[in-house]
Amino acid sequence: MKYVLMMHSAGKSWDEDGLGSWPPEAMEAHLAFLRAFNAALVESGELVQIVALVSPEEMRMVRAKTGGGATITDGPYPESKEFLAGFWMIDVESLDRALELAAQASAGPGPDGKPLNMPIQVRAVMGGPGQEM
Amino acid sequence: MTRLDTALLRTLAPTVLGVIARRFGDFAAAEDAVQEALLAAARQWPRDGAPINPAGWLVQVAARRMADQARGEAARRRREAAVALDDPQTMAAVDEVVPESDDTLLLLFMCCHPALTPASAIALTLRAVGGLTTAEIAKAFLVPEATMAQRISRAKQTIKASGVAFAMPTAAQQIERLGSVLHILYLIFSEGYASSIGPDLQRRDLANEAIRLTRAVQALRPNDGEVAGLLALMLLTDARRPARSDPDGGLIPLADQDRRLWDGRMIAEGVALISRTLPRGPVGPYQIQAAIAAVHDEAARAEDTDWRQILILYDVLSGLSDNPMVRLNQAVAAAMVHGPRAGLDLLDAIDAEGGLAGHHRLTAVRAHLLEMAGDRAAAIDCYLAAAGATTSLPERNYLNSKAAKLGDKRERQ
Repeated sequence: MKYVLMMHSAGKSWDEDGLGSWPPEAMEAHLAFLRAFNAALVESGELVQIVALVSPEEMRMVRAKTGGGATITDGPYPESKEFLAGFWMIDVESLDRALELAAQASAGPGPDGKPLNMPIQVRAVMGGPGQEM
Repeated sequence: MTRLDTALLRTLAPTVLGVIARRFGDFAAAEDAVQEALLAAARQWPRDGAPINPAGWLVQVAARRMADQARGEAARRRREAAVALDDPQTMAAVDEVVPESDDTLLLLFMCCHPALTPASAIALTLRAVGGLTTAEIAKAFLVPEATMAQRISRAKQTIKASGVAFAMPTAAQQIERLGSVLHILYLIFSEGYASSIGPDLQRRDLANEAIRLTRAVQALRPNDGEVAGLLALMLLTDARRPARSDPDGGLIPLADQDRRLWDGRMIAEGVALISRTLPRGPVGPYQIQAAIAAVHDEAARAEDTDWRQILILYDVLSGLSDNPMVRLNQAVAAAMVHGPRAGLDLLDAIDAEGGLAGHHRLTAVRAHLLEMAGDRAAAIDCYLAAAGATTSLPERNYLNSKAAKLGDKRERQ
């Protein structure tokens, strides 16, 4: 069963109040945590894909306009309190295993070295049909 | 690579692996060596033509690979190279490849070892016994090749760590282990069959591979009722494959399928197999499921289906296994025989036990039975709830369209 684990970073953007604004050693500790987490996923044969996303400053929001054309606006958005930093796609035996991995990812070290406990969204990837109906 | 060559390579894989594993005594390394020999064959045979003795060729290439590896390790340890290939015993192994020495079952017992997770057992079985390449297996399961390679390598580490010898289990163990083998083959079949919608040939191949391997087991264990039952179940289910989806990939339920598209030869084979197996006994879950599939397949039209017979079979099946999915199907059969209320009562009982609470299939069956009972509003709610809960895209589309059709009928009144 495939799931995506979506990591939501606190703050408006990477540099302003996200990981990029942390002391270098804290950032390095968090990146080391991610490298170890990713390596374990590769080792267990459960990793399908890792997608890391650029900071919200680089984001473009596109909305089609009635009658043609589109409105394009730049990020980040003043009202946002967190942004999607990236996601993993994993292929695991069960939902329980997906939740276990998400809990591990959530507990990465924060700027003070304590676990961040950041929200990780876990959602199943839709696939082919199940049994005969 | 022609289709014939691919089929030949896949058939030879377990024979060659058996020779190499026995000769060198290292299953994990032997399995890698055979995979490399198969890849070499896939490269060279189309160019140079297939050898006169294909199995012998593969054994020789795999043995050379094992020897190279032994040399490399020895060099690392600054020791004299052990040249296994020059060993007259190894060369003699080339001639040992005789069809009678079938290691397929022994290999299946290893690859479907209960110490492995189903996903690992499936991957290892397809490679070591099925002769598929890692790339082919990865494509079929929609994961990167590196992930699949890692899964296979971990599976082999687990087998090594559990100390399983490359030897036939005792007669008592074989009975239990055969159950694991059949379960893994069934999972491979389901993975292929369930996703055989649209042009997804790679995954469709899985159902064919499962049938091929189960056939091989059946040839080796012709008197085992459950082996025959599983093969019959696969044949009788797979026979409906051409009819179960429309050209756009939409799902067509059993009742609405164009039965002229069903594969008559597969049905005949499956029916013959289960008919001569059932009276022999003892009867197990695969045989009962095959019998149910046979009753469906023998009905020329959906309305000719002998639901009484199916209900009796589900009663027997639910007595054999404590599977809530079986009881769900039993509820459908009860509704077809005794009316929708009888089915809905059974669903309430399943609901009360909580094993399938909130499961989309329970909700979908409820929707279907409510529709049969003429309770449209409740049926629409259940169809929509089930559509929201399923992780299958074709299933979601189907359930949503059922809800939409009922909505239309309501508006027209």
